[in-house]
Amino acid sequence: MAIEHIMDPALSRIPEGKLADKWTNYKAHQKLVNPANKRKLDIIVVGSGLAGGAAAATLGEMGFKVKCFCIQDSPRRAHSIAAQGGINAAKNYQNDGDSVYRLFYDTIKGGDYRAREANVYRLAEVSNNIIDQCVAQGVPFAREYGGTLANRSFGGAQVSRTFYAKGQTGQQLLLGAYSSLNRQIEKGNVTMYARREMLDVVLIKDKEGVERARGIICRNLVTGQLERYSAHAVVVATGGYGNAYFLSTNAMSCNGGAAIQIYHKGAMFANPCYAQIHPTCIPVHGDIQSKLTLMSESLRNDGRIWVPKKLEDAKRLQRGEIRGHQIPEEDRDYYLERRYPAFGNLVPRDVASRAAKERCDKGFGVNSTGLAVFLDFSDAIKRLGKDVVADKYGNLFQMYQKITDDNPYETPMMIYPAIHYTMGGIWVDYELMTTVKGLFCAGEANFSDHGANRLGASALMQGLADGYFVLPYTLQNYLADQIQVPRFSTDLPEFKEAEDGVRAKIEKIMAVQGSRTVDSIHKELGHIMWEHVGMGRTKAGLEEGLKKLGELRKTFWKEVYVPGEANSLNTELDKAIRLLDFIEVGELMARDALHREESCGGHFREEHQTEEGEAKRDDKNFMYVGCWKYMGEGKEPELYKEMLDYQEIKVQTRNYKS
Amino acid sequence: MGKESFLNVNVKVWRQRGPKEKGEFKTYRVEHVSTEMSFFEMMDTLNEQLINKHEEPIVFDHDCREGICGTCSLYINGRPHGIDDAITTCQLHMRKFKNEETITVEPWRSAGFPVIRDLMVDRSAFDKIQQAGGYTSINCGAAQDANAILISKVDADEAMDSASCIGCGACVAACKNGSAMLFVSAKVSQFALLPQGKVEAARRAKAMVARMDELGFGNCTNTRACEMECPKSVKISNIARLNREFIKAKLAD
Amino acid sequence: MWLTSSSIGRKVVMSVTGACLVLFLTFHMLMNLVYVYDVMVGTPADGHYYDKVCEFLGTNWYALLGTAGLALLVVIHFIYAFILTFQNWKARGNDRYAVSGKQPVHWAAKNMLALGVIVICGLLVHLFNFWANMMWAELAESTGKFAPAAGFDWITYTFGFGILDIIYIVWFCALWFHLTHGIWSSMQTLGLNGKVWLNRWICISYIWATVIFCGFVLVLIAGVVQAGGVHF
Repeated sequence: MAIEHIMDPALSRIPEGKLADKWTNYKAHQKLVNPANKRKLDIIVVGSGLAGGAAAATLGEMGFKVKCFCIQDSPRRAHSIAAQGGINAAKNYQNDGDSVYRLFYDTIKGGDYRAREANVYRLAEVSNNIIDQCVAQGVPFAREYGGTLANRSFGGAQVSRTFYAKGQTGQQLLLGAYSSLNRQIEKGNVTMYARREMLDVVLIKDKEGVERARGIICRNLVTGQLERYSAHAVVVATGGYGNAYFLSTNAMSCNGGAAIQIYHKGAMFANPCYAQIHPTCIPVHGDIQSKLTLMSESLRNDGRIWVPKKLEDAKRLQRGEIRGHQIPEEDRDYYLERRYPAFGNLVPRDVASRAAKERCDKGFGVNSTGLAVFLDFSDAIKRLGKDVVADKYGNLFQMYQKITDDNPYETPMMIYPAIHYTMGGIWVDYELMTTVKGLFCAGEANFSDHGANRLGASALMQGLADGYFVLPYTLQNYLADQIQVPRFSTDLPEFKEAEDGVRAKIEKIMAVQGSRTVDSIHKELGHIMWEHVGMGRTKAGLEEGLKKLGELRKTFWKEVYVPGEANSLNTELDKAIRLLDFIEVGELMARDALHREESCGGHFREEHQTEEGEAKRDDKNFMYVGCWKYMGEGKEPELYKEMLDYQEIKVQTRNYKS
Repeated sequence: MGKESFLNVNVKVWRQRGPKEKGEFKTYRVEHVSTEMSFFEMMDTLNEQLINKHEEPIVFDHDCREGICGTCSLYINGRPHGIDDAITTCQLHMRKFKNEETITVEPWRSAGFPVIRDLMVDRSAFDKIQQAGGYTSINCGAAQDANAILISKVDADEAMDSASCIGCGACVAACKNGSAMLFVSAKVSQFALLPQGKVEAARRAKAMVARMDELGFGNCTNTRACEMECPKSVKISNIARLNREFIKAKLAD
Repeated sequence: MWLTSSSIGRKVVMSVTGACLVLFLTFHMLMNLVYVYDVMVGTPADGHYYDKVCEFLGTNWYALLGTAGLALLVVIHFIYAFILTFQNWKARGNDRYAVSGKQPVHWAAKNMLALGVIVICGLLVHLFNFWANMMWAELAESTGKFAPAAGFDWITYTFGFGILDIIYIVWFCALWFHLTHGIWSSMQTLGLNGKVWLNRWICISYIWATVIFCGFVLVLIAGVVQAGGVHF
């Protein structure tokens, strides 16, 4: 087992005072930078999604000089754009008893008591400001006839607190941040660098000998050239690492590269094993599939999930001899309603996903691969009429039909769980600073607020909270000490050293000239991850997985083939560099999952379940954030435990049965 | 599902090394393509073939593969985003093609969108237009309570329809004039419909149109090709609103 | 000047000049219908009503000014059409699509310039047939086959030629196509359009274009009837 340490609680830098006063106190006592000095300070923001885009825009508004980088051809295309459902806020506009405390409580509970209290409370506090800010930007949220904002309900809450813009909330929020960013680009406060991929962070020692993040090395994805950029502080907001599984709901370019690079430079990786598996995705159809498509969680409001009761019916479905609607009512097993009478089809994502896997593992899967369950609207259509169903879910049904060529009004939809979001990420303190001075991490890329499981409509909230309302304060607090530090030249030896390191790695990859394509190795990684570090994990499986991942790394270095040149546009090289980092992410996930001898949220260890097959948490031994510190190539990382101390919340077992 | 069959197709692809270099069509054969595959998965298969033959893969833009990021941008068989309505390229499936069909794949062609390589084009002009005025000038932290501004549901819904533009550039690609009016008008409309945006509506319309003209996009002649190809069904009523906003602003000068 | 320097400005010029020309055409057509009336009622004792109209619209200063204005409108409309087309052609980039034209775009919308050129050619024929013999003849005090104000005779004479009838019908058709797109398009450009009005304007365009087309064709038929058939 890994070497373990208990982290010094002071490292988390949680302000003194009562939970509800901490953020107010922090803001009241933090250090500020005057406008003339702000102009002299540079900040690098890597990523232009909700967290990165919002942070870059807001820091620009404040007067800092910001350099913002994105991997896409435009900051408007960051994957935050794909979020469908909505964004939570404790506005209590519906007068249904919502409050900051309740949002805080639901988030902690939904995260299976594995998140840091102070951070989550701050998140709930600023959630309301986010909605105000977005409306002022012109985000067209849905409205009631009276002109006020509309809300809908989401899983894991008893109140209606989700704000939405059709099924495109993420898109509209991102475009809001993008518009603010554009304003600052026009003003010259933000310089945008699109089609750039960060490949290393540059650390420089200050006078006291403390290493601080002072720049990055990027690859220009169009020219293939390596580029150096310097700044007084670096923010990494590069999203999650779900694509380690190859198939996920993430976009094709989503990657864990930046996280792994800063992990190598001293930032700790926290809770890597917490990955959210979304229950309602369109099932995999074949080997060449590149991407999984999510169907909104809202479908579970009216859809009923089932598989056949009889194994022979399932077999006939798998052979394509019959179709779902031909199976009579009495032969259907509505397993979620059977197992969880109180919540039924609306149990949280992790529970619904595991239940689907359990049925399919027993052979009850309903498509040719045996990896799908039905999501059936025939009852809803009978009860509400086809028009009402079409009005509520028409666009989703249409999307489903476009992809599968099946008509969900006539035959039940087929769904299966897929990797969707990673709660784990770079460890940050209360100020969102990593264990490296001047290196901040925001959004899905950090581990912060969701614990072991994220509730629906909370990702957008966290990204924007970090970008609009947390980083602008905490970064300023950090930079207040840096006003005497002049701008850095990129000719410094530290930059050269970092660039040389990156170049050597790229040359090494190009030199392999093996016989396998990058994707074929990535697919193999995906299979290993899904098989061994997937929904149901076991000690033996994880150990086996770790072994296979080690072999896969060797395979990569022996057999990968990258065509073309390094110093030119080369999409295969882009993917190869990311793949190497995904393998490392995979190892971290497996290692973390192996050490966490309990089941909680998105992490399910088959050894740790109740007799009814429910997750069994072990608060006595595992109520901590598991942070992994890089110890060098080929060496095992060491574990630092940030103990979680719940003062305002009573820790309970999650119950969705009664 | 369950109606899977297999096709052999010939893919005639535009290959161009760089913006200044001459491009040409090359035809590749892809066999045993499942009708359940997406068009991009067919392209992935083709690229795997090429790489295995030690040739450079075809470069094309793609990202979310679920029709929302607006990255994908292929002109297939004479139409932007292929032969279906209201979809992006990534939502196009192989069941829309016939066995032994020759599929012609071209990049967006417009002076405003120079080719970077093969099927990848540079759409940064769209960002520049947005930078000219596609925002409300409000700093973070200065907002009043969200419900303090009442907006009628009709206006909010219409603003949402305008705001659903994904910036893919199909409108420009489809337009015989290379005009970006649908794109510009969608953003101007969204803000013109909302009280938050009305404050600087005149300045915005003028600035965004001026930037659009500067960047070499063509003049709108109301052929409606843009709205036919828009994956998000943004309508030309937005263009009418942009014209109105712009003329109003200019007459007030 | 935004009417020349901005894309929308240039389009505004197109739509305003176009709309004025549509109004003129409508007026012209209505005036010509007097000829049809004449043919129907036969010749009154004190001459054709149509000739009286022609006399009234003869060479007074208002008419001259109006004619000059019209000529200016046509010239501006024409020049701008070429400027816009050239700019649009440039905006299309160097490489063209190998496969194109698969969208169900309205045929007239794609071919406004070509239709416009046909309309201009028709106009030249028309000016040669009528304006040169009537208004210009009066100004130049020259005499042709008939007196300058003898509009009735000029029409009858002209439409007696079968070849001219064919040219005029082609011209009217081009005009019809041009207007079906042009009328609603000018309203769209002026911003006087929206989700609801779009289809209304398109409908109005078709009706208006058809009314103008039918009016002129009626005059042509009346001319042929009056001439007692056509000769080539």
